[in-house]
Order: sequence, then C-alpha cells, then structure tokens
Amino acid sequence: MTPMHVLNSYVGSPVERIEDLRLLRGKGQFVDDLTREGLLHAAILRSNVAHGRILSIETRDALDLPGVHAVLTAPDFGPSVPVIPLRLMPMPSLEPFAQPVIASDKVRYVGEPVAVVLAESAAIAEDALELIYAEIEPLPAIVDGTKAGDGQVLLVESSGTNEAAQYSALLGDVERAFQEAEYVRREKFRVHRHTALPMEPRGILAEWDQESERLVVWGAAKVPFANRRILAQQMGLAEEDIDMIENDVGGGFGVRGEFYPEDFLVPFAARLTGRPVKWIEDRREHLIATNHAREVDCEVEIACRKDGTILGLRGSAFVDMGAYLRTNGVIGPRNVAQFLVGPYLIPNVAVTASLMMTNKTPVGTYRGPGRYEADFFRERLFDMVARDLGIDRVEFRRRNLVPEDMIPYALPTVTPVEGRTQFDSGDYQATLARCLEEIGWDEKAALQGRLIDGRYHGLGIGCFVEGGGTGPRETARLVVEADGTLSVFVGTSAVGQGLETACAQIAADALEVPMERVRIYHGSTTYVREGFGSFHSRAVVMGGSAIQLAAEALKEKVREAGARHLGCSPDEARIVDWTAVTAGGKSVELAELAAEDLTAEHTFANTKHTYSYGAHAAHVAVDPKTGAVEVLDYLAVEDVGRAINPLTLHGQTIGAIVQGLGGTLLEHLIYDENGQLLTGSLADYMMPTASDYPNIRVVTLQLRPSPVNPLGAKGAGEGGIIPVGGVIANAVAAALAPFDVQPRELPLSPPRVWAMLKTAREGAIV
Amino acid sequence: MKLPSFEYACPATLAEAVRILADHEGEAKVISGGQSLMPVLAFRLAAPSVLVDLRNVPGLDRITITENGVHLGARVRWCDIESHDGLRKAHPLLVQGISHVAHYQIRNRGTVGGSLAHADPAAEMPGLAVACDAEISVQGVAGSRLIKAADFFDGALSTVLEFDEIITGIRFPAWPSGRRWAFEEFARRRGDFAMAGVALHFDLDAAGRACNAHVGVIGVCSHPCRLTAVEEVINGNVVEEDLVAAAAKAASEAVAADVTGDMHASAEYRQALIGVLVERALAHAQV
Repeated sequence: MTPMHVLNSYVGSPVERIEDLRLLRGKGQFVDDLTREGLLHAAILRSNVAHGRILSIETRDALDLPGVHAVLTAPDFGPSVPVIPLRLMPMPSLEPFAQPVIASDKVRYVGEPVAVVLAESAAIAEDALELIYAEIEPLPAIVDGTKAGDGQVLLVESSGTNEAAQYSALLGDVERAFQEAEYVRREKFRVHRHTALPMEPRGILAEWDQESERLVVWGAAKVPFANRRILAQQMGLAEEDIDMIENDVGGGFGVRGEFYPEDFLVPFAARLTGRPVKWIEDRREHLIATNHAREVDCEVEIACRKDGTILGLRGSAFVDMGAYLRTNGVIGPRNVAQFLVGPYLIPNVAVTASLMMTNKTPVGTYRGPGRYEADFFRERLFDMVARDLGIDRVEFRRRNLVPEDMIPYALPTVTPVEGRTQFDSGDYQATLARCLEEIGWDEKAALQGRLIDGRYHGLGIGCFVEGGGTGPRETARLVVEADGTLSVFVGTSAVGQGLETACAQIAADALEVPMERVRIYHGSTTYVREGFGSFHSRAVVMGGSAIQLAAEALKEKVREAGARHLGCSPDEARIVDWTAVTAGGKSVELAELAAEDLTAEHTFANTKHTYSYGAHAAHVAVDPKTGAVEVLDYLAVEDVGRAINPLTLHGQTIGAIVQGLGGTLLEHLIYDENGQLLTGSLADYMMPTASDYPNIRVVTLQLRPSPVNPLGAKGAGEGGIIPVGGVIANAVAAALAPFDVQPRELPLSPPRVWAMLKTAREGAIV
Repeated sequence: MKLPSFEYACPATLAEAVRILADHEGEAKVISGGQSLMPVLAFRLAAPSVLVDLRNVPGLDRITITENGVHLGARVRWCDIESHDGLRKAHPLLVQGISHVAHYQIRNRGTVGGSLAHADPAAEMPGLAVACDAEISVQGVAGSRLIKAADFFDGALSTVLEFDEIITGIRFPAWPSGRRWAFEEFARRRGDFAMAGVALHFDLDAAGRACNAHVGVIGVCSHPCRLTAVEEVINGNVVEEDLVAAAAKAASEAVAADVTGDMHASAEYRQALIGVLVERALAHAQV
C-alpha cells in the first residue's frame, strides 16, 4: 500500500509564529544588544526652540568632559549639509521642504538635531549634551496648520509659501453633481496629531572599515535598500559598499525604518572617527524625533438624491506636515484625498489636500496613513446625512457601496504624481451584512440612546477598504543547502508582523516540505540584489508571491539535476519528500544534488494594488457625567482574499484595533502656542494598555481572492485601525442622540465628550 | 534618559541620614521607592548632588495597629498595605484608596514616605492623609516633630519639610466601628494619576444622621484638601438622595476658586467631576 500523499497545507492554517521561540526565550537580537570593540555612543542635542535662528553653538565644555570623543555640528558634515530626499512620490517642487540631516542656520521644530556628541558611554554623551550652549534667536512659531497659509511667517523663506503642495483627487463632474443635487450638507472635521510608539525605539550601530572602505549599518528596518541608496549618495559611496543589516525589530507601524537624520549622522560619525558608533533613541526623543502623523482639518461637502444615492463629494483637507517633508510624508495627504470615498460608489469627486508646513515634528506614515483620517470624516458625515434624509444609516451605506459587478472599480485619480488605482475584487455587501449579524445589530439597536445604569448606549458602524501590495516588484531566491534544508532569501523586511512565519508557510507549501526545513532570510541588503521593503501591507503579497514563483522554478531545477544524475528526462523525475529525486526505480539524494548549486530566483513584478475590505461595528456606553466612553463590544469583519496565517492575522487585527482605539480615545500629541510638545512622556501621552480594551472580536473572511497576485492574498495588516475613529465616534453620537451630540473632532477624551454634551444641553449650536 | 551623576549614600541610622541631608544644605535628596524620583532624574528635571538611600535604616517599614490608630513607617510599600491582614478592618478606606495607586509593579516599590514627600496633587496617599486627619512624623537635625497632614502640603510638589528633615511615618487616627466610607477617583486609564478623586468618611449618630464627615479631594487643586463646606452639608443629616445632590453641588462650588485646568482637562471639567465623584462616593459609602 502506498502511503497517502498529503500536500502541505500550512497556508491558511493557524501556524504559531516561528519567531516567538526566539523572542520569548530572550534570544532575540535587537540593535541595542549589539556591541563592537571600541564602540562610541552618540547622543543628539536637539533644538528646544520651535523656530529660530542659530547664532552660535559653544561645544568646548562638552569636549572637555572626560570620556567625550567629539562634538559635531553642521560644519563638521561638509561644505553643504545633506538633505533627506523623499522616498515616495518625489517632485522637484517639494525639495525646498526636505530636511537637512542637522540644523545649520535655522531650527524649525523642537527636537531637530543641532549637535552630535560621541562619547565612551551613553551616560557620558548625555552629560555632555548639557554642556553644549546653543544660542538660538527665537522666531514666531507656526503651530496651527490651518493658519500656516497666511504667509506671515515662513518656515523656508526661499519657497515663499508654507503650503508645500496640494494633491487633488478627481472623478466625474462634481460641479454639475452639486448643482443638480436634491440635498447637500457641508461639515468640518478634525483628526488630531498622534503617532506610533513601537515598543522598541529606533537605533543604529554603524561601523566603517577603513581598509576595505566599506560601511556596515545594523538596525536597518522596513526599507533597507532604499535607505542604502540615500546613504550611499549622501556619503559618496557606492551602494555595494554599504551593508544594511536588519535585526529583530520591536515594532514598526510605519514610523520605524524610514530614513531619519540619525541614519546619516551615525554612519557619518563612524567614518569620521574610525570607530563604531551606536545611537539608541530614548522614549522622550522618540516623541519629538520620530515621525508624527494624522493631524488633518477637513471641510467636506456631500451631494445626494433624497433616496440617499450619493451623487458627489468634494472638500479640502489641510494636513499639518510639521517642519519638513520627510521620506514618505506626502502619503498621508494624498491618501486622504484619494480614499475619502472609501468603498462607496461616488461618481463625482473633487477633494484637495494641502500640505501645510508648521513648526512641529515632521509627519510620516502611520498604519493606515490618511485612511484612518478619511474614514473618520466620511463615516461621521454619512451618519449625519442619513439622519437628515430619514434613512437608516445602515441602509444608507448599503445603497451606496460599490456593487460587485462594477469591480474592478477605479478610484478618483490623484495628481500631481499621478496615482491611479482600482479595487481588485470584493463583495462589500457581504462583509457589511456579516458585521451586522455578528454584533447583533438588530437586537442591540433598541438600546441606542437609552440610559441604562447611568450610561447611554450607542452603536456605530463603518465600512472601509484597505490598500495593499504595492509594487513595483520583489525578488526571492531559494537555495537547496548541502544538508537538504532550504534557504529562502527575500527583500521584504520583518517589522514584528510575523514575516518569517508567513514566508516559511508559503515556501513550505509551494515546495511540499515541512516548515522546519525552511529558513527565511529577510531584510538585510546582503541577501538579494534589491528589495522594496515592508510598507503598504506589501511584504507577504509581494515577497510571498515571489517565493511562490521561485519555488516552481526551483522544483524544475531539482528535477533537471536529478534527471541528469539518473539519466532520464526531467518530466520523468519526481521529487520525493524533498529528500530525493526518483525515476524508473532509481533515486538520488537531494543532498548530493545540492553540490550542483540548486538555486532559483524569481522576481514578482506588479503595479496593481490589493484591496481588503470590510466593516467594523462598536457598542459603547457613555457616562454623561464624566464623559467616559467604554467600548463594550467591538467587532471587525474583513475579507482578506486569502489569509496566509489566520492566527497571526487575528493578532495583528486586534492590535491594530487597540491602536486605533488609543488614537480615538486616548493618544494626543499636544503642543503649546510656542511649539513646545506638552505630552513629552508616556505619563502624558496615553497609550492604551493591555487592560483597556478587552472586548474586541475579529472575523476574517476569504470570500474574494485577489486576482492580481498568484497567492490570491491581499494586504491585511492595516484594516484593523482604519475605521476605528469613525465607528467609535458614530457610536458615541448614537448614544448621545437624545441630545443631538455630533462629534466632529478626535480624540473623544472624557472632557471633550462632557463638553459636547454640556453645550448640547445648554441648547447652543453644537 | 540616563541619570545625571550624583553621589550615593546608604546610611545605617536615621541620625546619619539626617546629618547627610543637613551637610548638603538642600542639594541632597532622599530616595525610598524611587518611583517618582527616578523618572525625575532620568528626565533631568532634578540634579541632586547626593541621594540618601533609606534602605538600611531600621524600623521604617513597619505597619502598627493600636488603639491610637494605624501607624505606617515611611518605607512601607503600597503592596505591604494591600496584603496586610489587619489593615482592611483597621482602616478600610486606606486600603481601598491605595489600591488605586499606579500599577502592580509600582505598588511593589513605591513607599508611603516617598509619596508624601513628593506631594503630587493627584496622589492618593497625600489625599488620604488629609482626608483622615493623619499626622506625619518627621526627623531633622534638631529633633523630631509631628505635622498635621492638613498643614504638611503647601503647593504642587511642595511640602513644609525642611531640607534636613526625613519623613519617618504617618499615623491615621483610630477607625471606629460602623464608620461609613468611600473612595472614588476618575482616571483616563487604570493606574494613571487621577483627574480628580475623593476620599470620604462619616459616622452615624443614634438617629442615623451623619456626623464627623471628612471629605478630602485630590487632583483638583494644587494640593489635597478637605472640603469643609461639603462636610457641613453632610453633618447632621440623613444621607439620602437629596443630600447627596446637595453635597455634590457644594463640592463643585467649594473647589471653584482653587481648581486648576491643564492640557488633559479644563478647570470647568474638573470642577464638575469633583461633584460627580462626591455624589458617587456618598451614594456608595459602605461600612
């Protein structure tokens, strides 16, 4: 009897993370775990003035401190200070707003690097910071993006403006739609400044080898190849002379791994001093130095027929960019413009997003960039509109979701740097229906607006799409090792999302081997020729597809090699359990064939995006006396096409929802009128803790595989966070419907909810 | 976030500790649990020339229950209070209030004396001390003295301690049986400093009327204080719905002059919140 041949079925199974054995045993290796002989520690003096002219920087006392090796200021970095280019969607007109790696004449935000100390220990380096005297003449600070446009004070004088750019998303004829509409409503909304706080702050260790004139940089993450390109150019090196090494990473969420000033300052200092240099960001630094996000004011207007059919949407968003345009800073604003429509059929659209420069920490992408903000604006507006029109708010959404037979469906086109994209597949009605069913919408609807044990209950709902899988391409290289194991090299990066596990599942299934025999090598520039990294929920979609395709090529190669040994044609050769190749009763061990360089490489190129989609619903209770909002139930339904690992995805989605709830209810980067960050520690910047939001449920569906990649998978790391602001705000509005409270601004902190209710009760216009 | 450099002393006696403080004329700082001081140092908000660690000073970590009340040594930790067998009966309000202090890990290290000396306006221990008429014992070069909690705190993060003085303990007056009490606070997250909090107790006379009311509040003013106007509303009356509402109103009015706002909450909100907390505390007061 021949044993039944069971195909591997890792993909789709809840495989436990292979990373966890290492991490939970304390065997992970983070950049701060590394040291080198002769190591110097860097500390960075940061501007404590939001906007000012540098008059002088006195470093002598710092240099005199025993253990201090050097103190570097702008002139030490050459005749002209390098600037950090935009990684995504660069345009010549944006260049004046790019950040120099260190301030030379002006400082533009509290936290901007002014000097670098190199010392024998991190403590000495920090002591030395207090002995540097930077004389900075203060200039008026711009802290409100909506007022930055008046031109009274300019961040970059030569540009003549504080509006760095304006993106437009256009579709159809919006003017006509509004002229012909039976109903229009105009609203103003605001999402506040907040950002990601990975458990592990950023860190870099750089070592220069004078003999070979090569540089090694540890602590790389997210986009090591792109950062290598930038660094090579800034340091006058060939890209091949720099190795960027990815270590274990304690969370990314969009902010870690982009090219920051320190990504130049530290390697440069290593070459200058000839000694390895390490810099580890502390939490206070993180809050002023790492990208902020999300601060958008939006005025939006909708046109509908009386039956609730949406005819048009127009609006203008003002995005507070902070003091410089960083590598990916433009993504949030352009996404606000393009994704304001969400998964809805809105035939006429004109939305602009203005990039306003202010004297605050620069912004970048944070999980669900622009989408979280846009979803809050849209879903909040929809609830108001549905009420005006006397249409149930669920029904209003049902009537306007993009119908499946119109997919692929093109979104509004963004300009400049033209962005066209289309929904790839989806049954948007199905996820909405499932979400309503799972939360028990119909049964709970009776609770809405009712006071029960001193608290008002309300339900909120919102539909969303999550873009993913951006190109242009990704490469995987598979190698059969001498011991019969398989090495898989990919250009995507691990940022804590379980990349190793997902890639190992895909490789193991494609090759029909046990996962234990697959080793995943990712991120570092030493493994593959090029890589595009981990952002826009692309690592598994793109890298995984490359693995899948490379696996087919490898199988072919193994069969060919086996056939040569066995003297048969490749078609006759069969791979048995990935240990041997057989044909005609003869066999040859794979380990033997491995000597023949059994390597296959494949590049998966794709410019089409995947769109996961779904609906979230929440049940909240609002204490009218304190303004406290408790999330009694939160339910997320998302169709991800194909879930590579439902277990890790489940964890990611819950994590993203908690992160979204933090942003909606707790987290807020508050500045004073002088541009000083008031929430400069985790005592004041309130992250959700493990016990704050225990009632979260997630349903992952696999209804409509993506047609744009061989896995059928869709990017799925961000869907959990995207709708949270709108859904919770809608639930709060429903709870306080007896008072006609309409949240238009986040966060929904207890004092804000209390104040809205007070204003409403006093009969003033909310 | 590395600490600034400082000398470290770990004296074996209180007299020696006090002498080191005196010698440094205000440049020295006592460290007990370090749960406030260490972050302050890490942020370089303070740079004392010497830290005086009390860990080797004997006798400061005792909890004593007598007919005179509850005495807590300065080095008693929050977890000691939570896990003490007799305290729940001897002073239930104290135990309940302390359960709101920060997080598990912090309660394992933070101390009574450290919290009193740090004098955070929203901290539970100073509020309980003021609400309950506790007496704080301190030791200086010139000798020891007792300071009423009501006189001890004179501003945000400020006390009447002289630079050579160390808190040695605190005594809470005896807790009569039948006393009604409640502790209510409101924080954004469990373990955060409260936006406002109330510790109160009262006794009942033979006719079931409230008497001897003590109402202390935290987080609303620069230091914890008792709301005598609220106590007057309560005293002599049966605690029922109308009285609770009147007391809540009186509480909001009582703090009106002193209430402070910050980036987390306006003065107006805190003023309303203290009324809500007084209302809830009275409504939930238990034996």
